Amino acid sequence: MLPADAILSRHEDTAPYECDGLTAYRESPLAVVMPRTDAEVAAVLMACHALGVPVVARGAGTGLSGGATPHRYGVILSLARLNRIIRVDPLACLAVVECGVRNLAISEAAAAFGLYYAPDPSSQIACTIGGNIAENSGGVHCLKYGLTLHNIFKLRGFTAAGELIEFGSEALDSPGLDLMSIVIGSEGMLAVITEVTVKLIPKPPVARCLLASFADLESAGNAVAAVIAAGIIPAGLELMDRRMTAAVEDFVHAGYDLNAAAILLCESDGTDDEVEEEIGRMRAVLKGCGATRLDLSQDEVERLKFWSGRKNAFPASGRISPDYMCMDSTIPRRRMAEMLRAIEAMEFKYDLRCANVFHAGDGNLHPLILFDANDPDQLSRCELFGAEILETSVQLGGTISGEHGIGIEKLNSMCVQFSPLERQQMIAVKLAFDPKEILNPGKVIPTLHRCAEYGKMTVHRGLLPFAELPRF
Amino acid sequence: MSNNAALQQIVEQVHAARERRMTLNICGDSSKAFYGGTPRGEPLQLSLLDGITSYEPTELVVTARAGTKIIDLETILAEKSQYLPFDPPRFSSSGTVGGMVAAGLAGPARASVGGVRDFVLGVTLLNGRGELMRFGGQVIKNVAGYDVSRLVVGSLGVLGVICEVSLKVMPIPATDATVEWEMTAHEALEKMNQWRGRALPINATSWFQGRLRVRLRGARAAVESAANILRGSRIEADEATQWWVDLRDHRQVFFKVEPSEIAQGESLWRLSVPATAKILTPQEELLMEWAGALRWWRTSLPVDAVRNLAMQAGGHATIFYGGNKSSANFTPFAPLSKAVMRIHHNLKTAFDPDNIFNPGRLYADP
Repeated sequence: MLPADAILSRHEDTAPYECDGLTAYRESPLAVVMPRTDAEVAAVLMACHALGVPVVARGAGTGLSGGATPHRYGVILSLARLNRIIRVDPLACLAVVECGVRNLAISEAAAAFGLYYAPDPSSQIACTIGGNIAENSGGVHCLKYGLTLHNIFKLRGFTAAGELIEFGSEALDSPGLDLMSIVIGSEGMLAVITEVTVKLIPKPPVARCLLASFADLESAGNAVAAVIAAGIIPAGLELMDRRMTAAVEDFVHAGYDLNAAAILLCESDGTDDEVEEEIGRMRAVLKGCGATRLDLSQDEVERLKFWSGRKNAFPASGRISPDYMCMDSTIPRRRMAEMLRAIEAMEFKYDLRCANVFHAGDGNLHPLILFDANDPDQLSRCELFGAEILETSVQLGGTISGEHGIGIEKLNSMCVQFSPLERQQMIAVKLAFDPKEILNPGKVIPTLHRCAEYGKMTVHRGLLPFAELPRF
Repeated sequence: MSNNAALQQIVEQVHAARERRMTLNICGDSSKAFYGGTPRGEPLQLSLLDGITSYEPTELVVTARAGTKIIDLETILAEKSQYLPFDPPRFSSSGTVGGMVAAGLAGPARASVGGVRDFVLGVTLLNGRGELMRFGGQVIKNVAGYDVSRLVVGSLGVLGVICEVSLKVMPIPATDATVEWEMTAHEALEKMNQWRGRALPINATSWFQGRLRVRLRGARAAVESAANILRGSRIEADEATQWWVDLRDHRQVFFKVEPSEIAQGESLWRLSVPATAKILTPQEELLMEWAGALRWWRTSLPVDAVRNLAMQAGGHATIFYGGNKSSANFTPFAPLSKAVMRIHHNLKTAFDPDNIFNPGRLYADP
């Protein structure tokens, strides 16, 4: 079925696949299979389907919510070897690529035609397009250019039973229910995608970035709302709080204002005229909202320098703390200052520090909780801290995941956001695609039983009893 | 009647239909009743579920009940200089927000800004068990659970009653301008294909009767410079607005298929194809939009012949106006692969196990 070098089953060989980017949770799979072709993928699925063996699809393993954490009695379907760019069509502005192609490699292949693939998750040098499909990945330019969902024409892959299936097409719509919309972001639970047709867009000729300092979080939050209220859709609008700014400044030396309570990165792209006009309007709004310092990137080198800190927020956090847990939730933009105040209060409550980066343009918050995983008590407090951030996000009118997905990390928080009926309906959706439940079982949708248990545990808001027990 | 009472009544009607094994025909304005399979069943009126439930201009999000008229929603958005960028069409009347989402139809700007599903952020849905559920949310980025809110876009009500919808809205661009050229459909297609890869603020395109029209939309500087780059003759603002509205709402004579013409087998087909697909149709029977990706075709060719042409081009064909609607073999939409059809049937059962809602509106029942 598969050549011998495409199957790993000895423990020392499968060890690298024990976790994805969510390293706090590990599991050993029965085997790892590494097909090179569609036919091999189909064969693996047919065999596993017939035997009832769980299949966990995996791209580069950069996901942050445990979507690719192995199943103890299942196989890891590593799709990294399906990594060919099949064709770039500059006339139609699309590229057909296999699922294991890296996100950035698509833009590199399209660059010769002045085109690029817009969604740019921070892991874009490593993450695969297949993983992006599974997670509906975002990035720093979502407000203007959309999520993965908005940039895909077509998916080709296999059902759980190994039957070839296509969703979408190179036309702008398809007959019947929009199955592609629900497969994107389904975390590998509805189908296995092996080939993706992405939309390419013209690279804007010019991009410039304004760096604005604010003396307090409220003014920074107001500035974000004011930019949007002025009818401006920035190409990027990012916020870092003081602790994060200090951490990244030590790391990249971008010259950030260390006295500011928060700094905003506000980017405009387009033609020369367009950018000049828009930067003028952005500058006026930011100033009107009390920006204490405003710097405009003078050239591409400087623009990238402004961004370097934001793009390195995660590694920089790794330098100031032995471990960090990156949270991901979305709130309405106008509640941002309120949310950051609530997180400050939680730092005292759980006696842990937290640094904040924020895709302010679309309300997507990434608090990085700093802790030491060698101290079980700290890990446990960190988990509670994270759960409270998610619950607060829901209370403020937001959601428990903006772009990292649910995986196993946020199963409990799903109980907070969705009612039992809603979760039951989602389980029914899963069964419509995968009646034998072999694709990534145990992820995304918690069982009613699990939610009932979680409800009981969180009544007292203390440390979880039996924290060492797996709760699936 | 209050909205809560109206919603309660709708829930009761669903329960009653289920007990009596009746089917329900979900109605907003019924302005799109012609679209898809022939409506059957007892009407389930949503017009009393009316009004905006929340609107935060700085969040770029509005939430409206299903029965809200599209024009009323647009008026409220316009007061804050915002709009629905995808040009939702209206046919015999305004149409409602629920109908807009259920039909999933977008107008001339579709190719550049995205379709209805690209702007839907959340829905409140009543399933066939009379259970009220909320999916998605009111924020732009949200990946919690399966995205059921986008699945219902274009579902023609077969999965459940859309009661409330949250939509992403955008600021109205500073300006727009329309330019035109006289040229053949083939030349127009070539031009549109060349422009696609360039950073031009092209918002909508149309080719009809030897005339290519392009609507530029965006920042003043960008629109002016693009108009200079593209050349072509500028159309007066009023005439341009009228053209794009008429196109959106199918008011041109081209779209009117008379009963006598239908009797002779004529239909108005909607072909959704890859934008680069070559012209398949005689020019005099063609109206093209979406930079070549949408082709309206008036023809009396048999259904299978039209469908095969569209399929070979990599797209699909829908009978939009015409066709023998009373026939049991009437299939408005292109057939699906076996694997996809099976998932359709499974999803229908998952949401509406007793097959209450809009039977046959999308595909024949299993």
